[in-house]
Amino acid sequence: MNTDKLLMLLEKDCKLSVEQLSALLSATEEETAEAIAELENNGTILGYGATVDWEKTERAIVTALIEVKVVPQRGEGFDRVASRIYQYPEVDSVYLMSGGFDLMVMLVGKTLKEVALFVAQKLAILDSVSGTATHFVLKKYKDRGVLFVKEEREDRRTPMV
Amino acid sequence: MSISEKMNRTAVGLKPSGIRRFFDLAYTMENVVSLGIGEPDFVTPWHIRDAGIYSLEKGITAYTPNRGLPDLQRAVSAYLNRRFELEYSPDEVLVTVGGSEAIDLAVRAFVEPGDEVIIPEPSFVCYDPITRLAGGVPVALPTLPEDEFRINPALLEEKITDKTKVLMLPFPNNPTGAVMREEHLKPIAELCVKHDLVVISDEIYGELTYGDRKHFSIALLPGMRERTVIVSGLSKSHAMTGWRIGYAVAPAEAVRLMTKIHQFAIMSAPTTSQYAAIEALEAGDEDIAEMREEYDGRRKYMLEGFRKMGLPCFEPQGAFYMFPDIRSTGMSSEEFCEKLLRQQHVAVIPGDAFGSAGDGFVRCSYCYSIQAIGTALEGIDRFIRSL
Repeated sequence: MNTDKLLMLLEKDCKLSVEQLSALLSATEEETAEAIAELENNGTILGYGATVDWEKTERAIVTALIEVKVVPQRGEGFDRVASRIYQYPEVDSVYLMSGGFDLMVMLVGKTLKEVALFVAQKLAILDSVSGTATHFVLKKYKDRGVLFVKEEREDRRTPMV
Repeated sequence: MSISEKMNRTAVGLKPSGIRRFFDLAYTMENVVSLGIGEPDFVTPWHIRDAGIYSLEKGITAYTPNRGLPDLQRAVSAYLNRRFELEYSPDEVLVTVGGSEAIDLAVRAFVEPGDEVIIPEPSFVCYDPITRLAGGVPVALPTLPEDEFRINPALLEEKITDKTKVLMLPFPNNPTGAVMREEHLKPIAELCVKHDLVVISDEIYGELTYGDRKHFSIALLPGMRERTVIVSGLSKSHAMTGWRIGYAVAPAEAVRLMTKIHQFAIMSAPTTSQYAAIEALEAGDEDIAEMREEYDGRRKYMLEGFRKMGLPCFEPQGAFYMFPDIRSTGMSSEEFCEKLLRQQHVAVIPGDAFGSAGDGFVRCSYCYSIQAIGTALEGIDRFIRSL
């Protein structure tokens, strides 16, 4: 079983049936089902989700990328402060970065004000946070390999002969 | 004057395409799930599109030499050698407007009025009309399910007369997905040498063969290179249908003659597309591998689907079509397709659109996402069970 390929297929489209995955992997349905169960049990597969273009909905949503500079703590490095940040449900993702800042925090809120207040009241005041810079997302073109631009996805093929 | 009285009677007499007729019906309905289109569902890889755009940015918008850009002739030559062990010098390459123009040129370069052209059926719909327009006589050669739709040498020999000039060799095949391996081509090649035939080998699906063995060209067999015109293109291999780039490769004298016709009729293939094609042939092998892997998965899934619903289907090893046998339903291909479309809103193509040998079969393309194929298979299954 090529588990890397299985994972890539599921990461791209988690709605593929065991039957479809088996065909794509040249495996039996039993082997595929077993491999998925194992990957779920050992924590390789952490969840399944949909890629949503919220612009198409009524839901108000604001996404921000926040660069966070941190003073690392003795014995804990960046992990302790990262944990204090990622516990908040508003925080979508947290990455430890190389380069000009330390943590990249992705925040999802209802309004610009809500996000700005979160940064001011929850993030900036943490002892080991020495600075933040907030960037709001204006438009999403592509996310996790999926295009958010409509015309690329239409089937314009037409019979020729 | 009535303009219709003046029109070319051969052209007027050509039968309209059965594929097209069926699509016209499908377009009158809503929410149709189609397995009808025989065109890659992938967009041309970005690095190839970018090469075309870059040529436009540099202002390269004039004609190219008739035979194509010398760099593209060299790229075709190197590509055919790398992928299929074929040895053609750049002078033996003519760049055309898609594989279709290459077929037309090859027929016009060899067929004179009264010459017979043997055309295996079922096959792509253009060989017969192009032969007729050149004044030739198409001779249908049925390929059979018990031969996995390969040419049967005994049946071929029966069709050969002293007027036979050309054998059309469309493998991997549209619509059956059949391939002819080296061992299957050997007896065919021997007959071509024995009867002194020219072979027009349409290898447009050459990159799309599945399993461990890659495509083998008849031109590699003894005595065949000198009598073979290979026609192919980038449409299927690199998902470049709309760019209209194909090529013919043949011994230099034949390429010179085809170039003469091409020069008067077409002048040169689209310039932007030729620049993109150079990039595709020089740096596109990984794209081919990725797309082929995806097609292969869909192929296995679709084959398994037909087997589960009890519809006999031989395992096609090439192109991107499946050709299930619907004779057990007691319906003709036309009737099956029309009822399937009206009752389950699933569009597949009647096999007899590709020649009468295809009656009793339908063509299903897997140029669709696996989800769409799944939905279509469910519709076909419901239809079969309702009978």
